[in-house]
Amino acid sequence: MALPKHTELHYRIWHYFYLFICGSVFFFLIAPLFVIFPLSFNAEEFLSFSDGMKSLDPDAFSLRWYKDMVYGTKNPWGLAAKNSFIIAIFATIGSVLLGTVAALGLSSRHMPYKGIIMAVLISPMIVPLIISGVAIFFFMAKAGLAATHTGIVLAHIILGTPFVVITVTATLSGFDHSVTRAAASLGSNPVNTFMKITLPLILPGVISGGLFAFVTSFDEVVVVLFLAGLENTTIPIQMWTGLREQLSPTILAVATCLIILSTLILVTAELLRRRSERLRGINR
Amino acid sequence: MSSETQQILTTDGIPLEVSLKKAERRNKIKAFLLVAPLLLFLIITYVFPIGDMLLRSVDDKMVTEMLPKTFKAMEKWDGKELPEEEVFAAFHEDFIKLVEEKREGKLSTQLNYTKNGFKSIIKKLRRKSKNFEEGNYKEQIMAVHKRWANVEYWNAIKRRAPAITGQKYLKGMDMYKNETGKIVSVSEDRRIHRILWLRTLEIAFFVTLFCFLMAYPIAHLLATLPMKYSNLLMICVLLPFWTSLLVRTASWMILLQQQGVVNDFFVGIGLVADDARPEMMYNKTGTYVAMTQILLPFMVLPLYSVMKTISPSLMRAGKSLGGTPIVAFWKVYFPLTIPGIGAGCLLCFILAIGYYITPALVGGASGTLISNQIAFHMKSTLDWSFASAMGLMLLTGVLAIYWVYNKLVGIDNIKLG
Repeated sequence: MALPKHTELHYRIWHYFYLFICGSVFFFLIAPLFVIFPLSFNAEEFLSFSDGMKSLDPDAFSLRWYKDMVYGTKNPWGLAAKNSFIIAIFATIGSVLLGTVAALGLSSRHMPYKGIIMAVLISPMIVPLIISGVAIFFFMAKAGLAATHTGIVLAHIILGTPFVVITVTATLSGFDHSVTRAAASLGSNPVNTFMKITLPLILPGVISGGLFAFVTSFDEVVVVLFLAGLENTTIPIQMWTGLREQLSPTILAVATCLIILSTLILVTAELLRRRSERLRGINR
Repeated sequence: MSSETQQILTTDGIPLEVSLKKAERRNKIKAFLLVAPLLLFLIITYVFPIGDMLLRSVDDKMVTEMLPKTFKAMEKWDGKELPEEEVFAAFHEDFIKLVEEKREGKLSTQLNYTKNGFKSIIKKLRRKSKNFEEGNYKEQIMAVHKRWANVEYWNAIKRRAPAITGQKYLKGMDMYKNETGKIVSVSEDRRIHRILWLRTLEIAFFVTLFCFLMAYPIAHLLATLPMKYSNLLMICVLLPFWTSLLVRTASWMILLQQQGVVNDFFVGIGLVADDARPEMMYNKTGTYVAMTQILLPFMVLPLYSVMKTISPSLMRAGKSLGGTPIVAFWKVYFPLTIPGIGAGCLLCFILAIGYYITPALVGGASGTLISNQIAFHMKSTLDWSFASAMGLMLLTGVLAIYWVYNKLVGIDNIKLG
């Protein structure tokens, strides 16, 4: 953003002030994430930079907390990671199936009561999690599903579907329906048309909705706190307990792994978004 | 001109209009059937349970079921003077049954909620009632303790007769129904819930404001920079957005603690003395800072998507027509961004008002919100009906904002990433 040569001084000052403000906000957004990286390699048990770390002494850094995360004797992270992945994968599959099919219906121009139905389908995203947590807990307790994986998976499907519905309807809004009519006129049945024509075109939207559902489930703690028993502990629950009780550097090692995971997901989501825009012929 | 000559027929002889209507109906059903599985799933597992919360929050059957005969006998009693023998006899009968089922303790807890002092006199009644003689229960019960001869206690029992109550909602507003049935506030030093409601609104409002003030300049920068730079900077917004909430809260706990990085920095530049490090966590400051950073992407993204559609030539036109950059910005650019501001602020406010995890971890006692109180009653006091009542009060507020959001922005326009 180079300024033209003739810019007056006070605009010049204002402009650099504006860039400074923006820089500070970006710093505020991103810097907290980067504090975790170096501290997770701390050789000491403190959660602040030791003098050794400040002078970049190699002895001040170690993989101690990563070892503790993986091999630690009474560490719950292994079980928690296993549960988290199982729950998130099943919740994602459920959300994607239900959400995509519903989005197909919602995008049809024949859909009756579209507004009100959409409002209901999106509501789990809007209603505060604590209220969803209480309501879902009452349901699961009555259905005998509290403290089971099934119960948590169902709860996460509820929370994940709005994201799939939103991303897939957004993809379908740029969808050219004449291609499905063309397929039908060439004798393809609806299921075949969907699998061969519609799905490949909306796939980026479906996958990015799935990523949202996965992250929602993987990161969800409020509802799980109500539902989970000892056997169903997840990574967020372990982090929550850890942060409330003893803030150990092992948590930072886990957090670093989670940041790497979210970076991977972000890159995938961005690539998919661009591909989807290219497929739909939108050039921004 | 008869209508028949006007009608167009399809090849199989059915009027076109009828045939089209039929096809339309079939399409409607088809579309609806696609939505049906998810809708049904959500109604069963989500919408009904929220209705269940409503029932729980007003449910007050417990005492009603424990003293059925007493309440029947009390129907005719006006509550001005002590009830007749008939009521005492009925109460005795109900009470004996409760003692047999070992439920009199529950009754005393419940009645104690309505009026203090029931616990001890019910215990005493249980002991003495073993030696009661047949008949004249009024005299015998009144002899157990002088409170049993006090009309106020009998009125307190009568107040528990209805099977539904709005008492939990009143409690959520720090109010209660007094002896005469008037709704009054609790004494000033015990108004904890009102403070929490106000604090929740205050924190949600200021977090939204801070988010707006910080998001506006960077959204503008992102929307006006060339693609290759803005894509890079966009990562700064999207990475926190995709990162676990607990990770972000953990990083703020590390930054803000007394021996933390921010305090170290302040000491380092000589802003504060080493022995006077300010407390920045476990209070409102912690909640404000952490929530603002966590909710900022939700403000940036809607603002950005609106600003992206504003052509830069509009600002140039404004300036070429003689406006200073400030006037051009205020009269041309800013009004065009109002839809984005509305969307971002409403979204932020809705999310902030129901926040639970971050305030619970960094908020301490003075930085917690109404959600934390709901969780407390769900998990610690186990007063689920009170938790439900407060949850529904919060929900009403959120749904009102959601409705406004839907009117202004439209839920189908929510953008993600």
